[in-house]
Amino acid sequence: MSEQTGTKPRLRLAGPARPLAPTGPKVADGLSFKGGRGADMLIRGAHVFDPREGLDSVLDVIVRGGEIAELGAGLSAPEGAEVVEAAGKHLLPGFVDPHVHLRTPGFEYKEDIESGTRSAAAGGFCLILAMANTNPPVDNSGLLRSLRMRAAAEAHIPVGFSATVTKGMKGEELTEMADLADAGAACFTDDGLPIADAGLMRLALQYQRLAGRVIALHQEDPALTRDGVMHEGAVSAALGFAGVPAVSESTMIARDTLLAEYEDARIHVQHLSSAQSVETVAAAKARGVKVTAEATPHHLSLTDEAVGDGTDANFKMNPPLRDEADRQALIDGLRDGTIDCIATDHAPHAAHEKEVPFEQASMGVTGLETSFPVVYSDLVVPGVLPLALVVEKLTCGGEPFGLPAPRIAGGAVANLALIDLDATWTVGEEGYESRSSNSCFAGRQVNGRVLMTLAAGVVAFRARSFAVQEVGA
Amino acid sequence: MRHLLGIGDLSRDQIERLLDRADSLAQLLERENKKLPTLSGRTIVSLFFENSTRTSSSFDLAAKRLSADTVSIRAQGSSVTKGESLRDTVQTLSAYGPAAIVVRSPFVGAPGMVTRWTDAAVINAGDGKHEHPTQALLDAYTLRNRLGSLDGKNVWIIGDVLHSRVARSNILALTKLGARVTVCGPPTLIPREIEALGCSVSYTLEGSNEADVLYVLRMQNERMAAGDNFIPSVGEYAKRFQINGERLGARQLLMHPGPVNRGVELSPDVVDAPQSLITEQVAAGVVVRMAVFYELLAGRGEPEGGQKRATAVAPMPDGATR
Repeated sequence: MSEQTGTKPRLRLAGPARPLAPTGPKVADGLSFKGGRGADMLIRGAHVFDPREGLDSVLDVIVRGGEIAELGAGLSAPEGAEVVEAAGKHLLPGFVDPHVHLRTPGFEYKEDIESGTRSAAAGGFCLILAMANTNPPVDNSGLLRSLRMRAAAEAHIPVGFSATVTKGMKGEELTEMADLADAGAACFTDDGLPIADAGLMRLALQYQRLAGRVIALHQEDPALTRDGVMHEGAVSAALGFAGVPAVSESTMIARDTLLAEYEDARIHVQHLSSAQSVETVAAAKARGVKVTAEATPHHLSLTDEAVGDGTDANFKMNPPLRDEADRQALIDGLRDGTIDCIATDHAPHAAHEKEVPFEQASMGVTGLETSFPVVYSDLVVPGVLPLALVVEKLTCGGEPFGLPAPRIAGGAVANLALIDLDATWTVGEEGYESRSSNSCFAGRQVNGRVLMTLAAGVVAFRARSFAVQEVGA
Repeated sequence: MRHLLGIGDLSRDQIERLLDRADSLAQLLERENKKLPTLSGRTIVSLFFENSTRTSSSFDLAAKRLSADTVSIRAQGSSVTKGESLRDTVQTLSAYGPAAIVVRSPFVGAPGMVTRWTDAAVINAGDGKHEHPTQALLDAYTLRNRLGSLDGKNVWIIGDVLHSRVARSNILALTKLGARVTVCGPPTLIPREIEALGCSVSYTLEGSNEADVLYVLRMQNERMAAGDNFIPSVGEYAKRFQINGERLGARQLLMHPGPVNRGVELSPDVVDAPQSLITEQVAAGVVVRMAVFYELLAGRGEPEGGQKRATAVAPMPDGATR
C-alpha cells in the first residue's frame, strides 16, 4: 500500500492518474484498481464450476500473466509458475458486488478504499461498485476523479465509483450527470436516501438520455417510513418500535417503474426486501420496463425475528429485515429471474455507532466477507437453491451496469475465487478484513471459506492458512 | 430471576411469586415501623433518562423501606441522554458497586443493554414504547386484591396503545394471569399485528360494557412528533373513546396508569368514582417494587463479595411467616 488514509481525507488533485493495472491485464473503462503483477500459477485439481460456461468438473487451470491460459487434465506447471494444490476445493468465477459502501471520503473511521477492497477480496469478490453517499457525497467530477486516483493507488480489486443523482444528495437538483459520466461514474444513485420528489426523479430519467448510465434506486417513501427503525409487523408491535411498512418500498418501486416505462429509461432497484416489491418488479419486467433488481444475503437469510429483544443494533439496516413470506418471495424472485443479482449493501459502521439503543443506532451491516458463506449455508446446503444459480447471481452484479460477468475460459482475464465448500468457520472469530465489525452474522457458524481470490489477473487475497505451496521448476 | 427487563421474560409462576411477596410485605408495612433491614448496606442506583414522578418516587421509597442506600441520577436533558454515553454512564455508576440499577429510558431495550455493562441486577422502569414491567405488576397486584383471581376476567385496555409501554406490559401480564384482554382505540393508535401479544382488537367501545375492567391509557402527546396526525382532534377522540359516567358500568373497575388527562381519556367525574382503582394503583407501586427488589436481591450475596452468592432465598425478616 502506498498510502495510509488518516482520519481526514486528503485527496491528491494534481498529477495524472496512474495507468490502470500497470503490468496485469487491463480492466474495463471506468474501473479503478491498483493493479499488480499478473499471476502465473497452476491451480491443480480444483472442481472448476462456472455454470455460464458449462464447467462442472475437476480440472487443472493455468493462469499466465493474469490470463486464463489453459484448462485441462494433467497439466504441468509452466516455468516460474506457482502451483496451487486445490484438490477438493471449488474454483468459481470471482464475485461481483454492485452495492458497497467504501465510506471514503469522510467516514474513513468506518472503512476506506484499501480496507473495503481487502474485505471484498477476502469474500471472493473481483469487482465492486462503491456507493456515493460519502461526506461530501460524490456529486462532482473533481471528487470522482480524485477518488479514482486514490483507488488506482490502493484498491486491491477493481472498483467502479457511482455518483449521486442529486447535488449534495438533497433530492432537489440534478448533478452534472453528463460530466460525471465522462469522469467515469459507473452509475448514478442517491443510495441511502430515496429520491422523494417524483418530478425530480422524472427529470433524472429524462437526462439519462444524455448522460447514459443506469440510475440505481434506494426505494423508500419517507412519508411512510417516518421514524421507523425495523419492519412493521408482530415483532415491532411487541417491542414497541416504530415500524417501516413494506409499502414504504413497494409504492416507490411502483412509481419509478411507471416513470421509467413512460420515459423509456433504465433503472436498477437496490436491495429489495418485500414480497410486494418483488411482485412490482416482476410486473414491470413483464411489461418490458428496463428494470433490474438486487437482493442482499441478509434479506435472503434472516427475518425480523432476528431482531430478538431489540438490544443488538447489528440487526438494524435499511431496508429492514422483513417477515418469512417476504424472505420466501425474495428467494422465489432469484429463482424466476425477477431479481437479477445478489448484492451485499456492505455498510460498515464503527462500534460506537452500533453499541447504542437500537433506535439511535446507525443503519447498516457489513456483508462482503459473509456473502457467499451465508448464501451457501442457508440456501444451497439445505437444498433451497442450486449452487449454479447462486454462483450466477453472485457473479453477474456488474451486468446491469454494463460490466460483463467474469467467466472461466481460455483467454479470459483471471477473475477467480477458490473456495473450500466443506470448511466450517465462525463469523468474526478471527476478526474481519473490514475496518468495521457490524455483521449481523457474527458468531454464526457457516460453511464455505474463500481461500484465494484473483481479481483482474492479480492475486488479491490469500487465506492465511493457504500459503504459497510450491513453484514449478 | 437475575434482572427484571420485561413481563415477556416472566412465567405465570414468577409473576405470582412476585405478587405473593408483595402481599406479605404489605402485611409487614401495616406495622408502625415501616422499615425493614433486608437491604441494609446495599446500594440501589436509579438512572432516569426521562421525566417521572410516581415511578421514581415509588422506587425510591421502596428501596428506602428495605434500608438500601439510594442514588438517583436524573439524566433528562443532559448530555447523558445521548445513547453514546449510556455505556460510559453505567460503567461509571457500577464503580459504586450497586446491588441494583433501575433504568428508565426513552429507548427500547436500553435496560437490556445495561445488563452487559454491570454486575448489578437491572430493573426496567420503562423503556421507550416497549415495556414497563413494574407498572403491570402493580396493576395485576391491585386487580388481584380486588378480584381474587384474574382467570377468565375480561379486561379492556383503551386508548393510545401505539405509544404505550404500559399497554404492552399489561397485555402480557394480564393474559399470563388468565385474563382475556381486548385493546381498543382508533386504528391509527393500535399497532399493526398487536394481536401477536395475545390480545384482541376493537376500534369501538362496543362490547366494553361486558368487561370486568376498563384500563384506560394516557394519551401520550409527548411521544408524538409535531405534525403527527394520529387523531383528527381531541374532541372527536373523546366523543368516541372517553370513559365517562355513562360508559363506566356500576360493577366495572376503572384503572389508569397516571397522570390522567382529565377531559380527554377520562371524564373528570369518573377519576374519583367508587369504581376507580387509580389511588390503589399508586399505593400498590411501593409494595410491588419492594417485592421486586426483594426477589432480585435478598437471595443474592453482598455486591462487594460478589463470589459468595447464596442460592437459597433469605428468610423473611423479623420472623415473618412466609
